[in-house]
Amino acid sequence: MSETRPGLTLPSEIADAVRSVNPATSRRGFLKASGALFISVWLGANPTERALAQTAAGSAGPYPIPDYLQLDTWIVIHPDNTATFHVGKTDGGQGTGTAYRQMMCDELDIAYDRATLVMGNTDITPDQGGSGGSDGIEVDGWPMRRTAAEARRVLLELASAALNTPVAELTINNGTIAVAGNPSRSVTYAELVGGRRFDVTLTGENINQIRGLAEVKPVQDLRVIGQSIPRYDIPAKVDGSLTWAVDVKLPGMVHARNVRPPVAGATLESVDESSVSGMPGFVAVVHRRNYLAVVFEREEQAINGARALRTEWTPPSEAPFPPSQDLFDYMRAQTPTSSSREVISGDPDAAFAAAAHVLEADYEVPFQGHTAIGPAHALADPSDGQMTIYSNDMKIYGLRLGVARFLDMQEDRVRAIYMDGPQVYGRTAADDVGFEAAFLAKELGRPVRVQWMRDEETAWDTKGPAYTFRMRGGLDAAGRPVAIEYEARALDYNHVGYNEPDTVLIAQLMGIRPAQPAQGGAALPSNQYGIAHQRMVGHVVSLPIIWETPLRCGNLRDPNGPQVTFAFEAFIDEMAAAANADPVEFRLSMIEDSAEDGQFRKARSLATMRAAAETYGWDSRPSPNPLMAAASGAIVSGRGIAYTFRSGTVVAIIADVEVNRETGRIFVKRLVCAHDCGLVINPTGMKYTVECGMLHGLSRALWEEVRFDNEKVTSVDWASHPTLRHSDTPESIEVVIVNGDPHPGRPDLPHYGAGEACHKPMIAAVANAFHDATGVRLRRVPFRPESVLDALRNQVS
Amino acid sequence: MAVVTLSVNGATHEVDIEASTPLLYVLRNDLDLKGPRFGCGLAQCGACTVLIDGVATRSCVTPASAVRGAITTLEGLSQNGQLDPLQQAWIAEQVPQCGYCQNGQILTARALLNANPNPSDSEIRAGMEGVLCRCMSYFRIQAAIKRTVQQSTASFFNASPAEKTGAAS
Repeated sequence: MSETRPGLTLPSEIADAVRSVNPATSRRGFLKASGALFISVWLGANPTERALAQTAAGSAGPYPIPDYLQLDTWIVIHPDNTATFHVGKTDGGQGTGTAYRQMMCDELDIAYDRATLVMGNTDITPDQGGSGGSDGIEVDGWPMRRTAAEARRVLLELASAALNTPVAELTINNGTIAVAGNPSRSVTYAELVGGRRFDVTLTGENINQIRGLAEVKPVQDLRVIGQSIPRYDIPAKVDGSLTWAVDVKLPGMVHARNVRPPVAGATLESVDESSVSGMPGFVAVVHRRNYLAVVFEREEQAINGARALRTEWTPPSEAPFPPSQDLFDYMRAQTPTSSSREVISGDPDAAFAAAAHVLEADYEVPFQGHTAIGPAHALADPSDGQMTIYSNDMKIYGLRLGVARFLDMQEDRVRAIYMDGPQVYGRTAADDVGFEAAFLAKELGRPVRVQWMRDEETAWDTKGPAYTFRMRGGLDAAGRPVAIEYEARALDYNHVGYNEPDTVLIAQLMGIRPAQPAQGGAALPSNQYGIAHQRMVGHVVSLPIIWETPLRCGNLRDPNGPQVTFAFEAFIDEMAAAANADPVEFRLSMIEDSAEDGQFRKARSLATMRAAAETYGWDSRPSPNPLMAAASGAIVSGRGIAYTFRSGTVVAIIADVEVNRETGRIFVKRLVCAHDCGLVINPTGMKYTVECGMLHGLSRALWEEVRFDNEKVTSVDWASHPTLRHSDTPESIEVVIVNGDPHPGRPDLPHYGAGEACHKPMIAAVANAFHDATGVRLRRVPFRPESVLDALRNQVS
Repeated sequence: MAVVTLSVNGATHEVDIEASTPLLYVLRNDLDLKGPRFGCGLAQCGACTVLIDGVATRSCVTPASAVRGAITTLEGLSQNGQLDPLQQAWIAEQVPQCGYCQNGQILTARALLNANPNPSDSEIRAGMEGVLCRCMSYFRIQAAIKRTVQQSTASFFNASPAEKTGAAS
């Protein structure tokens, strides 16, 4: 064997984040710490080292979630006058951890480099639900700001007593409180509470409501917020020193690989364990109904064993789904499992009857997947009757709770530790694999690491729902929009939630079912268009087989937004072209006709659209570009705009495309994004996340589709499931930060989210630019070269 | 089982493994390295990339027993405690989102610049084409490579005549 053996391999990023954990941070810790030896281990350790040390020392927990009403849960002041913040979030690489730290430093009045942040460790950080919905800054940032502001208030009161001076006569500078005008009379945070507890109880009915007596600072007083501080997590991701969830190793750990049904909905008839039991490193074949895994000592042995295992499966009596080329016809033919209430304004029937020009179009978006670059993985440690799961799951608290229920364990005997991993843009297979690792660990009584294989990840990960749309629009004789109809069908029945013990894949394969499948939903567009007469409705449809199938829907980055906004904003563009109007002016005019709302979306939409047009250098003219009709040669170029909002964030994207009419290749040469998310915590971090969010949308526009025959998914690797590549990267990307609030200097300017809003209009922007270049509409995603050539040949619009 | 001798980041290791074992698992699980990562096992994505004698190689499909050259992983890219100029540019350009693929991006860029110290934009695109990023950090990756090229070109023009011709060494 090797001359170096893995011991306890510890996450250095957490070690870097927490140089010394103070025992005063946790009353529970004091109660548990029964011996000097234990305390010495604990004092020097970072949270994950501590977790491992406790496991190694034979601790069985309990591991309750910290009380969010205790200020000490959130903020620790150390004897060296530094601070550690504990937040119940995760950072999938969008820089939110850096942003949270900035927000809390600002409110606490301590320099950014004198604070550290710990995230997503269920027995150390309060339950903020993990991540999702781009709401970390928008929602979860508020309790962080308020707790830090409360800590500052308490420190001022303590300093007032210590310095015998009223609070109003004190000043704060980076963790030191001094008497105004007499800096020699000062006291540090560490001298006031360093190494001790605040012992302050907050109030609030839930974690998002908590507050102390202090108010947060007005925007004008913020100093750390608004700075483009480099992300603290990047150096260790670049020099190879970071310990990721894939890297954790424990003594006695074994490796498992799953064996999936070869046909969706198939029944496992027999397993021939003797086909693998003689292989080197064999540990076990684990088999529960249709869930099947092999376990070996070494990773490559498990991979070989999973391939070698002989099994017999019986396919289901009916085909589980139609082949992907028939999917949209199938969807349009189904009776919906549910429908939304029609949203009607004005009198659309009368308006259409009176319209001078009515146009209609259908749009189609296939299943698209997360297909993480690193297939799903988790490590579970079952020692001493507890269960510790090392995972990159973004909803780490849900993973803990779900696993506890699935394994019928007490919640406080289960903990989940978030560590960095491949992208987590929604409900990924990180949920499923955490349950699988925990189940196998409990079965075998040993730490088990599971990682999915490439084909498994691409085929079986949760999908963003496929959609069909029927759009109808009416213009009056002057070309003004008077009516619009939107009807969507989403293949979203049995949409799986996060970490549900009765819908995760292993539960399904074991035959566990919830009382009712989730109804799913078909979303309506987000827009600020004042079209007087509207009818909008969404229907959900189902596949023949909804359980134990790789075609299962779950949240994928802005779960319905890219689909819905493609149909809606591409159709708005069709209406503008039919009206012979400039697409920006056409939209601005409709926004002008809308009513303002509580988030000032009208004013902010106008400002955002104008900022995008101005940055781009948009000259007014209708689409398609008349110069292109006469263009010779293979390459034609065009520009397209799309706009939307997501929660409080407003975004407008302009894409410049080049279309090669001979090869069908679309190249997006330039992107301009105007982005109003209110108060920006870290401008550069936000811009780069927006860049990547747009390009993820571009990948979905140009390449991504999960394909299948009538029994299995056939998109199983990067050849059969293409994604955006270096050659597709735009030459220029500009992200313009907009503050379109009608009172831009107001002291309570909200901070909204980023990461998903910019992802949402991307497909539409590309489709609209393609039309500008060619005069042809692309109405089915993705726009791969063969589809583009088909559209150019077949469609004259 | 066979004893395989590997030179990794300047140190020699002997491992006793099945001859067919992919280099990736030996590096990760026997030598405890964290840079190369499993992505596809098919040489399609680049997450498992290592340098062998300076050439970018997909360790997921390379049997450890077949390796004869010197292996460099992401951990071994720094020299004398100094990060590789590419790694410095990666930090300056704040390249990663999740970062899982960046091992392959950085090492492939290093191999590209080893072979062509002054690539054009289109040569950068072509040279990096086979390395996938599902966070789509491509624009930032290309910016970091361009920054490295520009800085090395600038330092060349700022160097003394002897340094330019190599006479200084």
